[in-house]
Amino acid sequence: MNLSCGKVSLSASSSSCAWKSAEMVPDRFPAGLRVLVVDDDPTCLMILEKMLKTCQYEVTTCNRAEIALSNLRNNRNGFDVVLSDVHMPDMDGFKLLEYIGLEMDLPVIMMSVDDGKHVVMKGVTHGACDFLIKPIRIEALKNIWQHVVRKRKNERKELEQSGSAEDEDQLPKHSEDVDYSSTANEGTWKNVKRRKDEDEDGEERDDTSTLKKPRVVWSVELHQQFVAAVNQLGIDKAFPKKILELMKVPGLTRENVASHLQKYRLYLRRLSGVSQHPAGAGNPFLSPQEAAFGPISSLNGLDLQALVASGQLPTQSLATLQESGFGRPSPKSGISIPVLDQRSMFSFDNPNLRFGETQQSQHNPSSNKQMNLLHGIPTTMEPKQLATLQQSAQPFGSLNVQVISQGALSSGSLIQITQPQSRGQTLGESSTTHVPRLPSNVSQSALPSQVASGIMLRNGMTENGRGLGQNQPPQTSSTISYSGSHTLEVTPNSYPLVATASTLSAFTPNKAGFQENAVSSVKVPGVSMPSYDMVDDLQQIRSQNWEFQNNGLLCNGYQQGNLLQGNINAPMPLPVHQGFSSSQIGGQNRGRYVARKPIFTGEPVNALNIGQQFSSNIHSSVQVKLESLADTVSPSHGLFYQEHFGQEDLMSALLKPQQAVGPPDSEFEFDGYSVDNIPV
Amino acid sequence: MEKKQQLHRQVVMMRQSLFDQGYVDDQFVQLEELQDDTNPNFVEEIVTLYYRDSARLISSIEQALERSPLDFDKLDNLMHQFRGSSSSIGARKVKAECTQFGEHCVGGNGEGCMRSFQRMKREYSALRKKLEAYFQVARQAGPMDTASRSN
Repeated sequence: MNLSCGKVSLSASSSSCAWKSAEMVPDRFPAGLRVLVVDDDPTCLMILEKMLKTCQYEVTTCNRAEIALSNLRNNRNGFDVVLSDVHMPDMDGFKLLEYIGLEMDLPVIMMSVDDGKHVVMKGVTHGACDFLIKPIRIEALKNIWQHVVRKRKNERKELEQSGSAEDEDQLPKHSEDVDYSSTANEGTWKNVKRRKDEDEDGEERDDTSTLKKPRVVWSVELHQQFVAAVNQLGIDKAFPKKILELMKVPGLTRENVASHLQKYRLYLRRLSGVSQHPAGAGNPFLSPQEAAFGPISSLNGLDLQALVASGQLPTQSLATLQESGFGRPSPKSGISIPVLDQRSMFSFDNPNLRFGETQQSQHNPSSNKQMNLLHGIPTTMEPKQLATLQQSAQPFGSLNVQVISQGALSSGSLIQITQPQSRGQTLGESSTTHVPRLPSNVSQSALPSQVASGIMLRNGMTENGRGLGQNQPPQTSSTISYSGSHTLEVTPNSYPLVATASTLSAFTPNKAGFQENAVSSVKVPGVSMPSYDMVDDLQQIRSQNWEFQNNGLLCNGYQQGNLLQGNINAPMPLPVHQGFSSSQIGGQNRGRYVARKPIFTGEPVNALNIGQQFSSNIHSSVQVKLESLADTVSPSHGLFYQEHFGQEDLMSALLKPQQAVGPPDSEFEFDGYSVDNIPV
Repeated sequence: MEKKQQLHRQVVMMRQSLFDQGYVDDQFVQLEELQDDTNPNFVEEIVTLYYRDSARLISSIEQALERSPLDFDKLDNLMHQFRGSSSSIGARKVKAECTQFGEHCVGGNGEGCMRSFQRMKREYSALRKKLEAYFQVARQAGPMDTASRSN
C-alpha cells in the first residue's frame, strides 16, 4: 500500500514526456496526466490510486500535506493536477490549496465526505478547481483532465493579453511547438506554458531538445537587468516595451519581456499575498530560502563559511556588521564589497558580480566583513527579537536566495526595502544595528546581507527563536521561505535596506507572528522542519531567484527551486554549504517529512551546525547529491552554471545519481524530471 | 466442475445478500470494478486495509468518549475521518451510523453519541464477518466471469 509520498506510481507513460498538449496530440491525452493525491486516509488513498491508474494517469500518493508540498516544490513541473482531501491532520486541505495556488499554480481538486454547502463554498473561495464528494467514483476522476486543459487555456489567454499586440500572433504558433517540445522535456503544462511564452531569442535551453526554437533563458544577469529596469520605471509603469528599451539586450523581444513581466507580477503578488499569512504563507517561502541558503553558501564557499561560522556569534557578527557599515547608510567600500562578495558568493555566478564587482577583488578583506555583515544582520535581531527576526528573515531570505540564486537574495533584500520602508526604518531604529542603508547596489548588498541574514537567521533565529521556534507548527518551515518571497518588491534599495526590509518584509503581515515564523523557519534548518523548510526554501528561493537580483543565479527563473536544490546538493566547499545541503537534504527528504525536533534549539545555529545536524541525517543523500551535482556542473561555474539548468534538469541530474541513495524522495522527485538539460 | 459451479453460485448469492441486506452499497461495486488481473484481490486488500486502519480510529473515539466532559469537536473530527473511510469501501450501514454520530456531536448529545457509537461498532463487526466469509468463498471459487457478477 502506498501510504507515503515518495511512491510514484507510474502508469504507462514516462513522466517526462507524458504530456502532450491536448490540442495538438489528442490521441494519448488524457492518459499520462500526472496526478498528485493527498489524503491521510490510507484506504481512500489506495482506492484513488487504483482508480486513477485505471484512468491511465500517472499517480503519486501522499498521506501528508507537507510531504505533498515538498514533493511539489521539488518537482515543480512534475505534476499536472493535485487531488487533496479537505480534512487532514497535519494541514488543512484548504491551506494546502492556497499554497499550491500561490507557489505552483496547479489545478487543485478538493475531496471530502462532507458535502455541506459551506465546505464546497470554501473550496470555491480558496480557488479549488473542483470539489468531489466522497466516496469518489471513477467516473468523476476520468474527467479531471479538463481542469488542466482549462487552466492552460486561461493562462495562455492571460499571457497573450498581457503581452503587446505585436508578435502576439507569433506566440500561439510557437507555443504550440514549444509546448510539445517542452512538455517532452519538462513534462508539465506549466513548462509548456512557460515555454510558449518565452520565445526564441536569447539563449537556448539545453533541455529543449525537441524544441525547435530557442527560448530565452532568464539568467540572473538578465533578470537583474529586468528588475532594474522595472524598478526604474516603477512597477506600475513598467511596460514591456519600456523595459525592453531600458534593458538594451539585443535579441530580446518585447514578448519575452512581457511574459517575464507577467510572471514577475504574479510572483510579486504572491509574495505580497503570502505576506498576509505570516505563519502559513511565510513558511513555504521561507523554506526555499533556507534551502537556498545551504547551497548558496556552499557555492560561495568562502564567505559563507565565514558567515556561517560567524553566524554562530550573532552578537559578534552584529558588531562586525555594524562595523563594516552594514547598517550604515553610507556604504563603506568595505561594506559594499562584502555585499558584493557575498552576493557573488551566493550567486552562482560569482565572477559576474554585476553591480560593481570590482569590489570583488577586495573580497578577501571584505569577506570578513561580509561575514560580519551577515552575522551582523542576525545579531541585529538579537537585541530585538523582532528586529532579529526580521533581519534574519531577510538574511534568511537572502540566504536562501543566495543559496539558490543570488538574485533571490537580492530580491529578498530588495523586497525588503520595498516593503514598507518605514518598516525597515522602524526596525532600524529599534534594532541596535542600523538597518543598513547602504546605498550600494541593492542586489549586491541584498545578497550578502541576505545571505548573512539568512545565515544569521538561521543561527540567530534558532537562538532567538528558540522560544519562538517552539511555537512553530509545521508551518514554520514555510516561514523560512518568507525571506525570499518577500523580497519580491525589488527596489533598488541599498543593501542595508534590504536587510531591514527583508526582515520586515518577511514579517510584513504580522511582524510578531511572522518573525516567529521566520524564526521558526530559521530553526528549521536545525529543527524539525528542516527538511521541509529547506525544500520549501529552495523552492521559494528558486522562484524568488529570478525575483531577486541574482547574479546569474536566476536561471530558468521559475525553476530556480530545483536548481537550488541541485545547488545545494552540489558540492559546496563551505561548511555552511553543508549546513544547507543538509537542510536541503532535509528538504530532499521531504518525501518523508519527519517532524524533527529542533536540532538547533539551544545552540547557535550556524550553518555548520545545521550542516552537521543534517548531515547526519541526510549526509549520505546530500553527498550523493553533491557529487551528482558536481558531476553535472562544471566547477568553475558553480551555481551559476547550474542555474541554467531547469529545475527539473538539475533535479533529475541530482536525483538520478542519488536515486540509489534517495529513498522515497528520490522516487518522488524523479518523477517527471527530464535530465536532458544538464550540461556537463 | 460441479464443485466449482457450486462455489460460484455461493459467491454470487453471498455477494447479492451483502447488497440486499444493506451492508454495502454501490461504492462496493466501484471497488469490484477496479479489480483486475494486476490486482486480483483488490477488494479484499482494501477491506483489510480499512479494518486495520479504522481500528485505531475506533479506539481513539472510544478513548475520547471516556473523557469527561466530551470533546464533541474532536469526536466529530475522528468520526468524520472514519466516515470517509467507511464510505470509500461502501460500508453502508456503518456509514449511516457515523452520520448519526456526527449529528449527535453537533447537537452536543453525549448520550446519543454513545448509542450511535455502540451501534456503529456492531455494524462494523457484522460487516467484517460477512465480508470475511464472502472473500473466503470467493477465493475458493476462483475467478468468475463477469456475467455472474451482476449488480
